[in-house]
Amino acid sequence: MSGFMHILRRDLHLSMRQSMDSSMVVAFFIIAVVLFPFGVGPEPNILARISSGVILVAALLASMLSLERLFQTDFEDGSLELLALEPVALEITVAAKITAHWLTTGLPLIIAAPLLAVFMNMPAAGFPILLATLLLGTPTLSLIGAIGAALVLGSRRGGVLLSLLVLPLYIPVLIFAVGAIDAAVGGLPSKPHLLILSALLVTTLPLCPWAGAAAVRQALDT
Amino acid sequence: MPLFSGHDLTCFRGGRIVFGGLEFGFDPGDALILVGPNGSGKSSLLRLMTGLLRPLAGRVQWDGEDIAEEPETHNRRVHYVGHLDAVKPAFTVAENLTFWAGLRTNGEAVQPALDAFGIRHLSEVPGRFLSAGQRRRLNLARLKASPGKLWLLDEPATALDSRALEQLRAAVASHRADGGMVCAATHADLGLDGASTLDLAGFGAKDAA
Repeated sequence: MSGFMHILRRDLHLSMRQSMDSSMVVAFFIIAVVLFPFGVGPEPNILARISSGVILVAALLASMLSLERLFQTDFEDGSLELLALEPVALEITVAAKITAHWLTTGLPLIIAAPLLAVFMNMPAAGFPILLATLLLGTPTLSLIGAIGAALVLGSRRGGVLLSLLVLPLYIPVLIFAVGAIDAAVGGLPSKPHLLILSALLVTTLPLCPWAGAAAVRQALDT
Repeated sequence: MPLFSGHDLTCFRGGRIVFGGLEFGFDPGDALILVGPNGSGKSSLLRLMTGLLRPLAGRVQWDGEDIAEEPETHNRRVHYVGHLDAVKPAFTVAENLTFWAGLRTNGEAVQPALDAFGIRHLSEVPGRFLSAGQRRRLNLARLKASPGKLWLLDEPATALDSRALEQLRAAVASHRADGGMVCAATHADLGLDGASTLDLAGFGAKDAA
């Protein structure tokens, strides 16, 4: 556990020094959502209807945007192979890096989301559920994305490949998150959707660090 | 049987056999120098010894046990200095070293390690401002900052000036006097008295076939 905290602290410390990276993710999220009223017109009913989908798709793309850096810089400067050679299980190291990724990108997205929901004229009933879906969904995105980020290590044009690998795997999170918000707005119970989102998180939590570590090992075995 | 040994190792990389039928053995205090032409597999052999690479055939053993059985136990014994210096540009020299030392110890040996490689005066300098030689010194300082019985050094003298090379020699000598082991692929004189030499040219693909 001390190894986990040590690596987590280091990654958080690093991203604080390079705070541009985190703020760029949030800026992308905001701009992507702001584009929609310009594209579909400022009709409040239309915006309210599409608000949940637009916010979640933008959050998903923003989260993916920062995934490439998850292992890439450590891979390029040799830190990743030294981390793999420290007496900390590689699965723990990967889990710590995923946690740091979520804290530096997922969490800021959750904080920015209510503002965008107001902007998109989302009905008030959807607000708490939007926060709940993001709270359950963004860690899942970081976890799934870590496998992709580890798989593309060492490849040229890794960023594009990463999105092709990861975006299809994000679809379940998107479906149930939007379903939960729409249910709440329509006066229906959103609990079933939230339970499935929780199930996705609980399933990916042990599997993804393990799969990510295997992919990192593969990348270093060259 | 030696404490750390490799038996009948075959290394396969990039669609070809780099070396085959290779044997090595170490006991505490020993040093092994790897020589051979470029591409003969010196770096690959060092990576095999760390466990990062898996051999196509053969075994790498510590005290009779395959190192792949307990990778974390093996990692605790090994210090590896590769081609890349793993210096974070945003961290200062002291922060860089404290992170690596902190994974194995509580970091009390960081200052002496900085002294040992003459970079204490750079403690507060961010990694991005270091020269190639200073980055290499910082990478080498990891060796002293936390314990590790087996040092695997891949061209450790790259970019070092004569003074730093002297400091590296002193570090290696004191490590061996304490019963440590060193394996280095190097063309520089590390002052390794009584070191054995392993010429990888003799284990090329033609012998393995």
